[in-house]
Amino acid sequence: MNREMSQPIARGLTTYGREHNVPAVPGEPALEINGLSFTYPGATQPALVDLSLTILPGERVALVGPNGAGKSTLIKLVAGLEREQKGSIRVYGRPRPACYHRVGYVPQRGDVDWRFPVTVREVVMMGRYAHLGWLKWPRRADHEAVNRALDAMNLTTLADRQIGELSGGQQQRVMIARTLAQEADLLLLDEPLNNLDVGTQEMIFHVLEALAEEGKTIVVTTHDLGLLPIHFSRAIFLDRRIVQDGTPDEVLSAETIARAYGLRLCTDDDGATAPAHHLADSHGHSPNH
Amino acid sequence: MDVITWLIEPISFAFMQRGLAAGVLAGIACAVLSAFVVWRGMAFVGDAMAHTILPGVVIAFLRGANLFVGALIAAILTALGIGWFSRDREVREDTAIGVMFSGFFALGILLLSRVRSYQDLTHILFGDILGVSSTDLWIIAGVTVLVIAAVVLFYKELLVTSFDPGHAVAIGLSPELVRYGLLILLALTVVAAIQAVGVVMVIALLVTPAATASLLARQLPRIMLLGAVFAVISAVVGLYASYYANVASGAAIVLTLTVLFLLAFLFAPRRGLVWRAVRGEA
Repeated sequence: MNREMSQPIARGLTTYGREHNVPAVPGEPALEINGLSFTYPGATQPALVDLSLTILPGERVALVGPNGAGKSTLIKLVAGLEREQKGSIRVYGRPRPACYHRVGYVPQRGDVDWRFPVTVREVVMMGRYAHLGWLKWPRRADHEAVNRALDAMNLTTLADRQIGELSGGQQQRVMIARTLAQEADLLLLDEPLNNLDVGTQEMIFHVLEALAEEGKTIVVTTHDLGLLPIHFSRAIFLDRRIVQDGTPDEVLSAETIARAYGLRLCTDDDGATAPAHHLADSHGHSPNH
Repeated sequence: MDVITWLIEPISFAFMQRGLAAGVLAGIACAVLSAFVVWRGMAFVGDAMAHTILPGVVIAFLRGANLFVGALIAAILTALGIGWFSRDREVREDTAIGVMFSGFFALGILLLSRVRSYQDLTHILFGDILGVSSTDLWIIAGVTVLVIAAVVLFYKELLVTSFDPGHAVAIGLSPELVRYGLLILLALTVVAAIQAVGVVMVIALLVTPAATASLLARQLPRIMLLGAVFAVISAVVGLYASYYANVASGAAIVLTLTVLFLLAFLFAPRRGLVWRAVRGEA
């Protein structure tokens, strides 16, 4: 079966990607990765090795693992921020470049300059750029989509504020609102919970759960293993390759964590004795920061 | 002498009219781009661009070609060169800029030292706004119109790649492409502004207007507009100072801009030092 031929592909000169508004292939997974390997230029060790996984629409997936396990790299590869060197990535049955509008990416907090002179509304409108392309101004439908996204994230009263005036949790909601305005189906969030207090984390989770119920697919990288059982339907423990993939409880089993961190501790030589215990205590704490 | 005469006398001369028009137009182009220079952290690249055009200007001068064309070719080579050296991330971008910048400038000085007196060098280094020809003026006007048109037409792309390049990539928009476009606009603008303030001080026009405006406004279009107002004020004040006090016009323009920045830094509502001190925040 040739999946590319199954439906016509619209092309536009004015869109950013070469292909645009490519319909999803019915029945295909939200994300299908096959044999993906990746090494950063100049790095001696690969960041990801022969990774294969399938994520279905509506799943809420947590990517967990130690620092340098390749969680962010995987997100960046799917979002197109890094180019795959080996293996394939398909989104809703299409090769990734056909799906620019369908993938919503929320970068790590540190990747964005929050002092930038831009309003909340302008940031959310950036989600519409995926559909607008070159030389097109937002029309009424775009403004309406932005208003709906602002409303859904409870940001309407903050719409005309400069983004830096908002709290960390509000800023995170703006970024999620942007993926809503984009009408993205696959949401990739890179460490969205870092530096947020527990109450704000809970609020972000409720938002994500509601989106998953609408059929959106959510992939989140996180250090915070304590939140897994409550908020995710599936967890993938990554350490350059997939160590464990299953329900959060399975992935949280001491054996899995000890195995992954045990290997790592030998190489790090920092003399820690109880990696699993250490992790279980790290609720609400991000080792990265 | 009454105020009106005092104001009108300088602009009764054609060279003063051209100088004023050149200063105002170049100032507007610089101010519009300075919003991006400031918020994308491109001050170093802007300064480098100003210096790397020197060999282009000298070679064009030697061959009797249009100086503007020579400068532009050098500036575009710089933009491409910076991208090429740092493409594999083996060399950091600011390192690549530093190397290109000093190398090109040295080449320019070397060429100049062989053939011409230092009088020519002074004009390039410090500007010669009263020596603007009508051809120069047309070129500067063209550059200003082009810069404004490009920023209006590609505002979305400039905004998203400045604020969140990751999102731009994710929706299929190449920040590299936008960056090269911006570097070329920057090159054109630098070349236009060098007539007014010279190689050494052009960076002031590319940084200070938006730096000042950013203390007073929180939206990019307002920062551009306000920055343009400051640039125009500085061009006018600088030229009058130059006429009446017989001081270097480029330096007078830059100093006026700097004074405006200091005033904003001290007295800007909410963010000024004095304001914060009064409220006990500083």
